[in-house]
Amino acid sequence: MSPEANIRTLTIDEVDVSARADQTILEAAREHNIAIPTLCHLEGLSEVGACRLCLVEVKGARRLLPACVTRVEEGMEVTTHSPKIDRYRTMVLELFFAERNHVCSVCVANGNCELQSLALRLGMTHVEIPYQYPQLPVDASHPRFTVDHNRCVLCTRCVRVCGEIEGANTWGVMGRGAQSLVITDLKEPWGQSETCTSCGKCVQVCPTGALFEKNRAGMRTQKHPEFLPYLRIMREGEP
Amino acid sequence: MSRTIVIDPVTRLEGHGKITLRLDEAGVVQDAMFHVTQLRGFEKFCEGRPFYEMPNITARVCGICPVSHLIASSKACDAILAVKIPPVAANLRRVLNLAQLIQSHALSFFYLSSPDLLLGMDAPPEERNILHLAHTHPSIAADGVALRQFGQRVIELMAGRRIHPGWTLPGGVNEALNAEKRDQILGMIPAAVAAIQRTLGWFRDATEKFSAEIEVFANFPTLFLGTIDDRGLAECYDGSLRVIDSEGNIIAGELEPARYAEYIGEATEPFTYMKFPYYKPLGYPGGTYRVGPLARLNLAGRCDTPLADVEWRRFRAMSPRPLLSSFHYHQARLIEMLHAAEKMERVLADKGILDKHVRATASVNSLEGVGAAEAPRGTLIHHYKVDENGLIVWANLIIATGHNNAAMNRGILQVARHYVQGDEVKEGMLNRVEAVVRTFDPCLSCSTHAMGQMPLTVEVRAPNGSLVREVRRG
Repeated sequence: MSPEANIRTLTIDEVDVSARADQTILEAAREHNIAIPTLCHLEGLSEVGACRLCLVEVKGARRLLPACVTRVEEGMEVTTHSPKIDRYRTMVLELFFAERNHVCSVCVANGNCELQSLALRLGMTHVEIPYQYPQLPVDASHPRFTVDHNRCVLCTRCVRVCGEIEGANTWGVMGRGAQSLVITDLKEPWGQSETCTSCGKCVQVCPTGALFEKNRAGMRTQKHPEFLPYLRIMREGEP
Repeated sequence: MSRTIVIDPVTRLEGHGKITLRLDEAGVVQDAMFHVTQLRGFEKFCEGRPFYEMPNITARVCGICPVSHLIASSKACDAILAVKIPPVAANLRRVLNLAQLIQSHALSFFYLSSPDLLLGMDAPPEERNILHLAHTHPSIAADGVALRQFGQRVIELMAGRRIHPGWTLPGGVNEALNAEKRDQILGMIPAAVAAIQRTLGWFRDATEKFSAEIEVFANFPTLFLGTIDDRGLAECYDGSLRVIDSEGNIIAGELEPARYAEYIGEATEPFTYMKFPYYKPLGYPGGTYRVGPLARLNLAGRCDTPLADVEWRRFRAMSPRPLLSSFHYHQARLIEMLHAAEKMERVLADKGILDKHVRATASVNSLEGVGAAEAPRGTLIHHYKVDENGLIVWANLIIATGHNNAAMNRGILQVARHYVQGDEVKEGMLNRVEAVVRTFDPCLSCSTHAMGQMPLTVEVRAPNGSLVREVRRG
């Protein structure tokens, strides 16, 4: 197949765009500077379509589709912003906030949190859904890092970076639905994990204050997930 | 027929409180109770949190004095790390605490109490507030606003923001001070000192009008407790605790704050959520003591800065013994502000204040830590126990206002017995009952602010609970 045949043309928000057949709507949109909010997506990691913030309308489709895992198709007509989409996205955010205990004012990630930034950007003014206030544990057994499940949005970035980039596969998910927890090994305390290399990539990719460095708590430090695409290229270059 | 008078809410103090006065059949006040009607629950819901989050969490105890909690909490965390923090970090925290003391004292004196002092206890309630004062005494109101602004601005310059700065951490602070900010702070100090001295000038004159109030505003013997440095002088960041009796005798010289549980007990009463700390060797309520500005100036050898020492001598010359009337808290507050501004200048002038090494790092080295410092209202103690991973398993906070609880209750009774009698319940009488509480500057909630305009209801009830009479304002 010639390279030309691999190109698809579609419209996103009434803008004509072209993309490779293996690209997602999200990739095509971002290449054309069309903003779609995301949370579980992170450049350099595989896609899971977990957070549902990137929902878009595709003409002819009966439901909203996640842009991060939907491939472009010839003649597709995509809408990224509409009153309906905005309502859904705000509701998704409200569900995140209601599901666990996100208290920004005393959070280690306050000011550097992707969930918080999204709430600001998408204009989430209040949460209509009743807060669940689950009693969730904090695992501070690792000498350098802490996991606080109260602040976890189950994006699984930690699970993916640990498996796909570091290759340690320390992180996994247990349970179902809102009761799911990210766990280290077979739910051993993080500090007793035999597979963890203490590389800290999971901390750097975590969008909230769920994973953080103990000594940096209160230092207003930013996380640095931008190294991922480079690491990925390095991994792919390996024999 | 015996009666009950309820003052609810008590206005112009920080938080929500209620006062109940019980009158006998002759209309004489038999008992007075100061109720703090809200439960904050910090000691309980902090359990399970990593200890290094405690400064930020407990700062939310109070929107007026978050810095006090940041400091006491950071010190408790220092003890858990078992580190000696860099000297510059201790001095930066000290300056922050002094700035906090100035802004909080300015709030208490000018915003909450000065309407009573300048307009009189019997002035109409709608006039007894800072906004009315801006019309009647504009230069005084301006000094009050400027002094509060000064303290808050210093906090903002050093720690990033005025309310709930996240700057102090276990082991030190998160950022060094730079020369530009230091010079900016030093540049603001002379104007602040001048404003405080002006205030002391008019307040001394005004005090003469309040001899009746001085006589009955919590004017009784108690112990006094506060922090001193190793020379026995006033100190607000770090030192040992001293207890004196009402004759001025030092009954405990150098108590270690970390061992507070050996000499401070906490009693409870069914009518309020606030505990009643007492000096253990004398039991409860015999061991009732007062903390805060009056206590600190009563028990310290002197202030340790030239202008404040002049004022301190003048203050202490009013009585050969410690000053016992809580009315004198007002003047003590002003003297402490002067001392704080001078001390701030001295600490900031030190060359080492710009050192970059501002934090010691370590992991959990002790499963228990106590941190104590002088908050504007008195000695503040944070005590945490953690597991081996540093998660809080138990916390105890002794808030400065709590120490004064027993004295406040007794003070209300004293004032009420003097001013409230029989069927006549006059606004000015009730205001005096509230005003005695304001001398202590209690911080009850401690984050809601009630100013003058809140409604106040007095209910006179028969023994069977039926309403006999109601006086309402607001």
